[in-house]
Amino acid sequence: MTAIDERVLELDPEEARRVRQERFERIGRWVLPLAIMILAIWLWDRICVWNEIPQYILPRPGVVLWTLYNDAGLLFSSLLVTLRITFLSLALAVIGGVGLAVLFAQSKWVEMSFFPFAIVLQVTPIVAIFPLINIYVNDQTTKLLLCAWIVAFFPILSNTTLGLNSVDRNLRDMFKLNGATRWQQLRYLRLPAAMPYFLGGLKIAGGLSLIGAVVAEFVAGTTGQSSGLASRIIEAGYRLNAPRLFAALFLISLTGILIFLVLSLISHLILRRWHESALKQER
Amino acid sequence: MMQEKVAPAPSASGTSSTLLALRGVGKVFSNGVTALSDVDLTIREGDFLSLLGPSGCGKSTALRLIAGLSTPTSGVLDWRGGGSLDRSNIGFVFQEPTLLPWANVFDNVWLPLRLKGISRAKATPAITEMLARVHLTGFEDAVPRELSGGMKMRVSIARAMVTKPRVLLMDEPFAALDEITRFKLNNDLLELWQDERFTVVFVTHSVFESVFLSNRVVIMAARPGRVFDELAIEATYPRDEAFRTSPDYAALCRQASDVLVKAINATAGTHHDGH
Repeated sequence: MTAIDERVLELDPEEARRVRQERFERIGRWVLPLAIMILAIWLWDRICVWNEIPQYILPRPGVVLWTLYNDAGLLFSSLLVTLRITFLSLALAVIGGVGLAVLFAQSKWVEMSFFPFAIVLQVTPIVAIFPLINIYVNDQTTKLLLCAWIVAFFPILSNTTLGLNSVDRNLRDMFKLNGATRWQQLRYLRLPAAMPYFLGGLKIAGGLSLIGAVVAEFVAGTTGQSSGLASRIIEAGYRLNAPRLFAALFLISLTGILIFLVLSLISHLILRRWHESALKQER
Repeated sequence: MMQEKVAPAPSASGTSSTLLALRGVGKVFSNGVTALSDVDLTIREGDFLSLLGPSGCGKSTALRLIAGLSTPTSGVLDWRGGGSLDRSNIGFVFQEPTLLPWANVFDNVWLPLRLKGISRAKATPAITEMLARVHLTGFEDAVPRELSGGMKMRVSIARAMVTKPRVLLMDEPFAALDEITRFKLNNDLLELWQDERFTVVFVTHSVFESVFLSNRVVIMAARPGRVFDELAIEATYPRDEAFRTSPDYAALCRQASDVLVKAINATAGTHHDGH
């Protein structure tokens, strides 16, 4: 013990400063954003009180929390509806994105021919496409799914395509030398090599599928009857029920954060042993 | 001992049969660069043949042609013993270890067998034996990033050898390693070669390495890439650390070095004339 203590004392000023800074950074990473968040909520609360802002304009944070608790049944059943669309569209985006990427990877010609269509689909705002979907598709769930899918599939497609095409040249030669078939090359070389890229795309697509689902509900909500969180927000807006509006908003962001964290965890678990992005900094 | 020293290395004797003959082989790339021009080279069964030369002399191109990863523009590669050699009879070791970063050592060595449809259970004895041969027993579950540069290269060699190829092609395999590691791998490679008696074609730019390992050193010159000269290294195997410090070795290195300097000068001359 004493030997270790002495060694700590022996650190020259520069090293001691570095150790201190590292310790501060470690703590600060959590404490700082938390402190700012608490400060902001406190300020929000004070502003409401100081300016005597009525609840239907800006509710105090405590009221929002209270509403979240009171309207839990209504809000969470709506959240479930939104979540269903989100996860279904994410699943379809993974199937569609990876499937198309594998198809593109089979031949440069296929990729050259079809990739521009994917881009067109991606850059056209979904809100502008929705009226068309509304005409052609009858089923409400299908409408929402299609919308969310169009928003979410592109990052997966584009990232996976990039990944499938960025295999080490020598490894490709090695497979060729060993007489690997097309399928074996895909299975044992290109798909694993594309994994980090795919997971990067998945993280983006997770958030986008939630956004897609909510936006789709918004647009659909004005025309039909949907019961997701977006329609709760519209409804609350009409009734000037600002606390519920805030509560619904809070639930949506929380969901988005959770999706991101879960996908990050999955990505970390898959890549932690071999990919640079998941390795701990050692220097 | 003395008698052995006088006798040439067994594989260097003229009695070994020809494995592959390159006749008038040339390679011109689409950008107009002549990588190889009119190469005549005979590789005998059991040879440890080094291709030594400056960068740009086409030694790696020659290796890729032999591997079948590229086809010659002119000339023929004549595989004795039945037309073109099956690719499963060729092992290739790249300059980088070129391992699958997501797979552990065992799976990396399994790969060539796996691609031939051999199951994990059936492949295990061969893999275990091969890993023991390259001194990697106990590292089966490690992934490449957990290994040192030398160990990664050992895995790469094990992977190339696990199919028991008749020819092992090596493209500057130890160039990126530190000298201590390189010496160790040199020794281990020689040991492996003496036990199994496969044929090695070894590309290097190190005079010392080529002389230490080979029974034949083929010196190449650049622009255009061509065979400049050949040296027979008539020192007996096994060669060990004692050989590395012997006057014989030093003399042979000097001899090879002189030829290499001539080859480089020939290149410079050609280059000068060309402009």
